Amino acid sequence: MTLVVPEHRRTESPYALSHLDSLESEAVHIFREVAGEFERPVILFSGGKDSIVMLHLALKAFAPAPVPFTLLHVDTGHNFPEVIEYRDRVVAQHGLRLHVASVQEYIDAGKLRERPDGTRNPLQTVPLTEAIQQHRFDAVFGGGRRDEEKARAKERVFSLRDEFSQWDPRRQRPELWQLYNGRHAPGEHVRVFPLSNWTELDVWQYIQREKIELPQIYFAHEREVFARGGMWLTAGQWGGPKDTETVEKRLIRYRTVGDMSCTGAVDSDATTLDAVIAEIAASRLTERGATRADDKLSEAAMEDRKREGYF
Amino acid sequence: MSTSTEQPVSELAATTLLRFATAGSVDDGKSTLVGRLLHDSKSVLADQLEAVEHASRSRGQEAPDLALLTDGLRAEREQGITIDVAYRYFATPRRRFILADTPGHVQYTRNMVTGASTAELAVVLVDARNGVVEQTRRHAAVAALLRVPHVVLAVNKMDLVDYAEPVFAAIAEEFTTYASELGVPEITAIPISALTGDNVVEPSANMDWYGGPTVLEHLETVPVERDPAGAAARFPVQYVIRPQTAELPDYRGYAGQIAAGAFRVGEQITVLPSGRTSTIVGIDALGESVDIAWAPQSVTLRLADDIDISRGDLIAVTGATPATSRNIEATVCHVADQPLTVGQRVLLKHTTRTVPAIVAAIPSRLVLDDLSQRPDPERLVANDIGRVEIRTAEPLALDAYADSRRTGSFLLIDPADGTTLAAGMAGEAFATDPTTSRTR
Repeated sequence: MTLVVPEHRRTESPYALSHLDSLESEAVHIFREVAGEFERPVILFSGGKDSIVMLHLALKAFAPAPVPFTLLHVDTGHNFPEVIEYRDRVVAQHGLRLHVASVQEYIDAGKLRERPDGTRNPLQTVPLTEAIQQHRFDAVFGGGRRDEEKARAKERVFSLRDEFSQWDPRRQRPELWQLYNGRHAPGEHVRVFPLSNWTELDVWQYIQREKIELPQIYFAHEREVFARGGMWLTAGQWGGPKDTETVEKRLIRYRTVGDMSCTGAVDSDATTLDAVIAEIAASRLTERGATRADDKLSEAAMEDRKREGYF
Repeated sequence: MSTSTEQPVSELAATTLLRFATAGSVDDGKSTLVGRLLHDSKSVLADQLEAVEHASRSRGQEAPDLALLTDGLRAEREQGITIDVAYRYFATPRRRFILADTPGHVQYTRNMVTGASTAELAVVLVDARNGVVEQTRRHAAVAALLRVPHVVLAVNKMDLVDYAEPVFAAIAEEFTTYASELGVPEITAIPISALTGDNVVEPSANMDWYGGPTVLEHLETVPVERDPAGAAARFPVQYVIRPQTAELPDYRGYAGQIAAGAFRVGEQITVLPSGRTSTIVGIDALGESVDIAWAPQSVTLRLADDIDISRGDLIAVTGATPATSRNIEATVCHVADQPLTVGQRVLLKHTTRTVPAIVAAIPSRLVLDDLSQRPDPERLVANDIGRVEIRTAEPLALDAYADSRRTGSFLLIDPADGTTLAAGMAGEAFATDPTTSRTR
């Protein structure tokens, strides 16, 4: 039989997989391991590009059967409308079930208090961990990548969390070969990161190769923004701009999607995937450094939030 | 990080991926080498460098401390040491790299084992002034034990020995002889200075006597693919896909990642441990139907016969199947704080199958310093490497680790709390058993 190698897999040797094929194969393996070993897995789905890629990989891993997981969105209440519209459309399109844990409901019920800086990103931890306990999820997929941040560089693919969802970086299980250990006691759960070994550029190249649709805020568009802390933020009901800040119309796009109050846009004229990839390949700033206010709070901001149960 | 600069999109297309690990003693300059590789391949971005400069200044240091790029945890920064494996990502136009950055201190043997388990290449650092020391031999032994296909000896701090060729040649000779005896298949020695950047990314003007590649050139060109015809085909079944819908009432696919070799449509296969046979009628490679697929592709196999197959079974090409047994002889590296003792009940995870097992015997413990075997240690503690005999509750289709890193490896797990106790490798410890081939 002659060897037929699909075009996108062609590299110097017929048996070498392209880096995207290697990463895809590894991620699919991780999804299938969880499906085989856990009772109640859930995919964290925000409508951001990493969770969109996760869902795409899950769809491929179990095709032609449906994805055997439900989805969970921790809704800060400060969302980009385009992203919520995208989220609901995708959930309906694939016949999936979506749980929503709402930060606004926690604030209204007096269980969480609004922070003085107006950002709700750190407030997600409580609704997230309570949703995990309430639904008895035993495996929780997150789109975290080790290239995002140096505390995340230490994260395992299968990361055991106690009943308080705490991460203890000094007591992690060694992860050997592709033998993931998902054993856990009742009340504990495992955070699973199938995109651990992907970089921002890998995610974009994969989106291009697989022709995955994204919310429009990832592409350059005109938007009313104001400057705060060296970033462009979208004006909105969450408390910006303040009196001293002025709104202007700029051509911008987002590199990440999160809470509106702390997710910054970058100046960009990239309206296509090719242009976005070229822009990222030439960027001198990391994704988080360019767009996340909450990671600038301290040198260990991410590690501290992760210890508390954040992703 | 990882976004390289100034490369056209077209050149980002079909690159391959190399997973490699670094090993080095505390003062061999491993952090400097890693920092240099990241920095000189333009994988450190402006805001990361700014953060390192800011942190260095706040500690009263004048020059940016590149080790802060890699020490991610509070405790590591406070103590100035690396306590755990971290994974780094960088890219050149030719290849993407995943670096398992493993601490070199002897008490962290388990971390090097963790990093080396998925590595296709290991970089062992040596200080040119000290040459091959005990720690170097330990690193070589771990690389040999884990069967890392390529080993690079980086003779560092050449600037401190006047870039002298005889110094490098003597160290390279001693290391190559030692590592070859352990069965390391391919060794490349490179004289470098991580501090000044000689032969890391750029060729050294100070060592024109060296005609080989720089570290990065070697990483970019070392072959990572193996001809799948050279390995027996292995497919651990992960998950059975059965849509049971009106359109697909009879679809039944066996999902998994090919662990070794290749599978072709039309081939006859045997399922282990049951021994039932069938024929492959279709291979679905994540959305496209293909005639052939090979490791490490994740695929779905469809068979001609509706036989009983579930997660944990192993599909192999008929005529090249592994033997099944309930008795396993293996080398293990103990990775947990609680010890492993004779008579202990454990869980054994092999590919997609987890079975109860009992530690029947611990015949010896390996002393990495001189590779001697201490008989009857009774127990193994954290970072120990030893021979074990394990009896399992069900037969397993285990290959020798020498033949297949994927189907010859296993974990021992504590059934009480789920702790990963040990990393196991079935069969002989070293490609050439050093206890018989070496006189001491």
